[in-house]
Amino acid sequence: MTTTERLVDVGASDDVPERGRLVVEIGGPTGPVTVGVFRFGGRLYAWENRCAHQGGPACQGRIVSRVRERLDDERRSLGLRFDEDVLHMVCPWHGFEYDVTTGRHPGRPDLALRSFPVAEDGGRIRVAV
Amino acid sequence: MTDPSVRRLDTQEITTATDTREILANARRDIERYGLDDYLIVDVDSHHVELDSWPEILAYLDSPVMRDTANQMMRNWPQASHLALHNHPPGLTMQDVSGRIPHQASLGEDTPGATTGADRDVTLVRRAMDAMSIDLQVVFPQPMLETGLHPQPEVATALLAAYNRWFTTEILPREPRIRTMLGLPFENPDACLATIEEFGDTPGVIGFLVTSQRHAGVHRNAYMPVYRELERRGLPIGFHAGPNQADTMTSTMNRFLSAHAMSFVTCNMTHMTNWVVNGIPERFPGLKTIWIESGLAWLPFMMQRLDHEYYMRSSDAPLLTRPPSHYMREMFYTSQPMEWTDDKLLAATLEAIDAENSLMYSSDWPHWDFDVPGRIAALPFVSEHGKRNILGETARKVFELGDIAPSSHR
Repeated sequence: MTTTERLVDVGASDDVPERGRLVVEIGGPTGPVTVGVFRFGGRLYAWENRCAHQGGPACQGRIVSRVRERLDDERRSLGLRFDEDVLHMVCPWHGFEYDVTTGRHPGRPDLALRSFPVAEDGGRIRVAV
Repeated sequence: MTDPSVRRLDTQEITTATDTREILANARRDIERYGLDDYLIVDVDSHHVELDSWPEILAYLDSPVMRDTANQMMRNWPQASHLALHNHPPGLTMQDVSGRIPHQASLGEDTPGATTGADRDVTLVRRAMDAMSIDLQVVFPQPMLETGLHPQPEVATALLAAYNRWFTTEILPREPRIRTMLGLPFENPDACLATIEEFGDTPGVIGFLVTSQRHAGVHRNAYMPVYRELERRGLPIGFHAGPNQADTMTSTMNRFLSAHAMSFVTCNMTHMTNWVVNGIPERFPGLKTIWIESGLAWLPFMMQRLDHEYYMRSSDAPLLTRPPSHYMREMFYTSQPMEWTDDKLLAATLEAIDAENSLMYSSDWPHWDFDVPGRIAALPFVSEHGKRNILGETARKVFELGDIAPSSHR
């Protein structure tokens, strides 16, 4: 955390269940920023609610497991499946998907969301902005 | 306890029930960043959901027999209350990527006080315009873009006539910021002429449209009176692309992505080829031609491909006095979906089509691949003058919109 950052209490731990989210607007001297806090695998991640594509509300879309395509040993398609080990948030403007744990697009990892440090202590969630 | 500077958003997840203004709230950031309230913004391609008002539209059918057919369908077929007589392709329900892009499937929000479909549509259009700082919006239907594929062309002609009467009677008088280019019943050239005659002077009608998903050669002699009449009136003709998952190419495709990526372009590639090779721009040099919703990436390909072949086979295109690309550069294009995946390729494309004088911003809202105006404002390789042209000034000239001011000046 740099000296210009401050830790902001954004809510209770119970506000963000596993595979869930909490989207908050945090006021500040340079204007508000909207942040989505997600929990997956027991850990918290915080991302700016601004898609790398056209600035859409990336944290306010569907939360859904990554879709993968299964192949057999002969490389024939066996169809689609959900990968329950990878959770995506989907920008509802245009469908850009981001890995909740990395904030990166699955096929263009340079398309990424701005991250914020997030900590959990005593049943409270704090984001550094 | 929660910090007092924190506000929990009322809408944690955007769904089909979310208000348009809330869905588009993030567009406000671009408006402030680029000062878009100070630009004239004309959106040359957007949509309302005509099937939401379908029973109201069908009431405008001229033929008592067809009106009876529609009423019987709506009464007796459990799924037909908003589909009677329509050729809605079932694959269109794949557009929202399995609920990932809710506004494509439905704008199901509350519209207090709206008593008719037209009331509701106008409310939704106003919300989108205000959220994106759009001053004028050209509004089109959605599934009716498929009328060129209707199995009964005379039904398609009747539906277009009913829709055009409904739109000019119920929508346009309610909101002067809404404009439209009305669809031509292209299977029937006489009906096209009658449509132009009936609506050509209607306030808010700023041109006419050919829905591009169809199997008609746009160079057929039967259409020449239609082009001549539009040229005489100074009204543009637009070719609006659409999807087709059942043509000879797309019927091999197993994903909506594939069929959409191809069919929205190949329909207009076909018409552009016939249009240029048969010298329609030479025959009607004053006819303003607009290519809508095929994106831009196809254009440098077509320019190079047609020029390349024309140089070797000029006797196949004897009406041309210049290479095909020269005619294409004098036509007009709507911007969406602007394939901005590679800066160099997009910059070359914009240069190839003389975008600062030929490109017109379009949102295509509320479709899944819509573009906000900030997309144009953010282009690093377009001049300030060019951005103003693309966002509204070129449309002002093409449609002869006259003295309209940006929202901040009103």
